[in-house]
Amino acid sequence: MRVLDILFRYVVAFLALLALWQIGAWALGPYILPAPLDVLAAWVDALRGNDLWGHIRSSAFRVATAMILAWVTAFPLGIFLGYKRRIDRFISPMVFLTYPLPKIVLLPVFLTLFGLGDLSKILLIALTTGYQILVVTRDGIRHLDGRYLESFRTLGGSPAQLIRHVLVPAALPDAMTSLKVASGTAVAVLFMAESFATQSGLGFIIMDAWGRGDQLEMFCGILSMSLLGLMVYETCHITEKLLCRWKKLETKR
Amino acid sequence: MDLTAPLRISGLGKSFGKACVLRDISFELPAGASLSIIGPSGCGKSTLLSMVAGLTKADEGHILLPENCRSAFILQDYGLFPWKTVRDNLALPLQLQGIGRKERFEAAQAMLEELGLGGLAQRYPVQLSGGQRQRVAIGRALISRPDLLLMDEPFAALDAITREHLQNQLLDVWKRRRMSFMLVTHNVAEAVFLGRYIMVLGGRPARSVLWVENPCFGDASSRNSDVYFSLIRQVHEALEAAQKNNGPDDTDSAEGGLA
Repeated sequence: MRVLDILFRYVVAFLALLALWQIGAWALGPYILPAPLDVLAAWVDALRGNDLWGHIRSSAFRVATAMILAWVTAFPLGIFLGYKRRIDRFISPMVFLTYPLPKIVLLPVFLTLFGLGDLSKILLIALTTGYQILVVTRDGIRHLDGRYLESFRTLGGSPAQLIRHVLVPAALPDAMTSLKVASGTAVAVLFMAESFATQSGLGFIIMDAWGRGDQLEMFCGILSMSLLGLMVYETCHITEKLLCRWKKLETKR
Repeated sequence: MDLTAPLRISGLGKSFGKACVLRDISFELPAGASLSIIGPSGCGKSTLLSMVAGLTKADEGHILLPENCRSAFILQDYGLFPWKTVRDNLALPLQLQGIGRKERFEAAQAMLEELGLGGLAQRYPVQLSGGQRQRVAIGRALISRPDLLLMDEPFAALDAITREHLQNQLLDVWKRRRMSFMLVTHNVAEAVFLGRYIMVLGGRPARSVLWVENPCFGDASSRNSDVYFSLIRQVHEALEAAQKNNGPDDTDSAEGGLA
């Protein structure tokens, strides 16, 4: 019943968005905003071919690889800095000085350093999302309730066991939330990175179709990128639910 | 290995900065006996327990534990990890010792049955009542079969009925296992009921101002006996005197993490 309820709410929201889109299309005309049913028909048609799938695969590979890379580097580093205060004292000023810098401005630098292929895009997205994960994880560990550390000391575990049984699970909920929030940024950075000096990816087809004045194809790209963003977000959300089941129980009380 | 040897503490002292909290604490606890430690807030009871557990270093004196003595510590707030199920919390000490999954889960299940928590293995601590959480904490301490159990105000957060029930249950467990245990408490009746020996700490720095033996320890029906009430009176008077000598309570902050 709960699944049906969620599904129902999503369908209602989707229909409401379609209705708003249709009103907008009537108001602005098809050259600026094509009607949703026309876009959906063109999108289904494009999915029958291989071209759109190729771009979806390129974008999905870049964003997924970048987010995994961001997680496997930023999460352990955040735990390390949060726990090792002495080292954090030297590293954190560097992190906080560079944190406000919009990483997307480094796109030309990354293209020069790592080439026009996937690597530069993946590294730029990983850098952008990794910063958020790093800062939130580090703060989560710094504010970890001392009772848990004390309790673990009474059990006599090793430092490696402390990381496995206390620090990682304690840091997970905050880090997963930051990953979810970062997923939106990741897709935005992906769009920017793909709209420049490349011929693959959803960002490319959006900008390419816009340049050619092909509104239907452009909106097919926008629709695909929105769904990709939704899938990335939902994957993070489901992973969070699976890994942090206890947190949900705590918030229910 | 001689686990029949007593726990010997001699001339134990501890300071935090310039504040000397404990001085010249000496006693001998026979194997399989229990000791209740009671005293005014901030007098160093928890610090004493923490030193016996090896979590805090003593500045003076010696703690002589029997050879190969295994100890376990129960904290006031239970110390359960909210991200682990009841079964995983219970089995954690065994996991840290490298004991295999099957063996430790069987041990955890047996412990749950012993504590009357058989159906709660897959629950998380947040889904338990205070009394159930405390029983899980006791189970986690007992699962590695300690020779010495250290408890820092283990029943402080519980209501009177649950507290009494768990005191009886702890006594039952002690009768089956005969481990030594040391208990820090603020509750005079609890100190008398659960202590074969009762030590009252007082003064600044704190010293032992009363050490009495409870002749009816181990008898659950002793709560109504004259000896029990007379011991309560004796401990209460010593505690009141210690409180007067202590003056305003200002040492809590100096006592360190486990205070």
